[in-house]
Amino acid sequence: MLILLLGIIFLHVAALVLLFVSTIVSEWTTGEMGTSDLWKNCTLDSMGHICNAASTGEWIQVVQAVMILSIIFSFLSLILFFCQLFTLQKGGRFFLTGAFQILASLFVMSGAIIYTVMSPGWVPEKDTFGYSYILAWVAFPLALISGLIYVILRKRE
Amino acid sequence: MLIVLALASVVLLGIAPEPSQAITIYTSWERHALVGSDIRLSCTFFSWHFVSEDVSFTWRYRADASRDSISIAHYGGGEAYTDNKGPFKDRVEFVGNPKRRDGSIVIKNLDFSDNGTFTCDAKNPPDIVGRPSNVRLLVFENLPIQAGVITGAIIGVVLGLLVLIVVIYYLMRFLVARRVFSLSVRSVPGLWGLCKGREQRPEPIPGTDTCLAKAL
Repeated sequence: MLILLLGIIFLHVAALVLLFVSTIVSEWTTGEMGTSDLWKNCTLDSMGHICNAASTGEWIQVVQAVMILSIIFSFLSLILFFCQLFTLQKGGRFFLTGAFQILASLFVMSGAIIYTVMSPGWVPEKDTFGYSYILAWVAFPLALISGLIYVILRKRE
Repeated sequence: MLIVLALASVVLLGIAPEPSQAITIYTSWERHALVGSDIRLSCTFFSWHFVSEDVSFTWRYRADASRDSISIAHYGGGEAYTDNKGPFKDRVEFVGNPKRRDGSIVIKNLDFSDNGTFTCDAKNPPDIVGRPSNVRLLVFENLPIQAGVITGAIIGVVLGLLVLIVVIYYLMRFLVARRVFSLSVRSVPGLWGLCKGREQRPEPIPGTDTCLAKAL
């Protein structure tokens, strides 16, 4: 029982940490010139790293907003889980926790999809996706599975 | 108490530095404009001396790609002179009021080649030591949306909806408990017979009401 609890919490926290790293580190695209998105573009010059704020296009701002929302919802879901853990009746389900976590995973998914579809418009052909982008795609199924587990789980004792 | 204040002010005035003789020039940091529009670049200065008759303003322009700057507008000796040979020919107008320490210019019909840095240098004899101030001009075809406007709007709307849903949920519960609303249970006579006489406490999602009630 305790192992199950710890496992669930670990999964949730892992998804949350991945979301944080994916949102904060600005490496959704990497190329020879440097890295760019979500927040700033850095180019490696003869003088070292030169960073300036990312392009103020509409779609990049949507991706920023959606990633931040996913972090907020996942965090709220974690708080709700601990809250419900102590106040739920026996046999009750963690619906609200699961709902928030599933919403968070949907936000990450939509953010990653929007970035995939729209980024060829502003990123040169030779650049590849960076690790922040990959982490976002990894965080999506983790959060989804975590949310589904919450919905299925029943409180005992 | 008052004596202490008076002494302190005298001491502070005594050790305060002499007003420096440097003139401080103020312009904007960066300006955005649309192609084809006009823009007013403002330049004011602060000086410890009154505005003299020989006050002068000089505007210089340095294109983004270039290293040297050219002079495009000058006010001196009571007269304003503007570019009559260079890239800003007939497009610059001196609109400032030097008596009011204002040395602004207007540039008309902007083009992409006007991207660059404009420097304003003002001199108010005997105050001539000062650092010229730069303003960067960026010319766009369409004005881009400021960074973060859409981000903040989306986050605000979603969180606002969340708060709204929570408020409505608690409002509905409150109203149903006060029997202002009647639940659909009342319309089913069999069930109403069961619930008759008992305080109705609706629980659409098990466990959340107590959890949220404790949390909020």
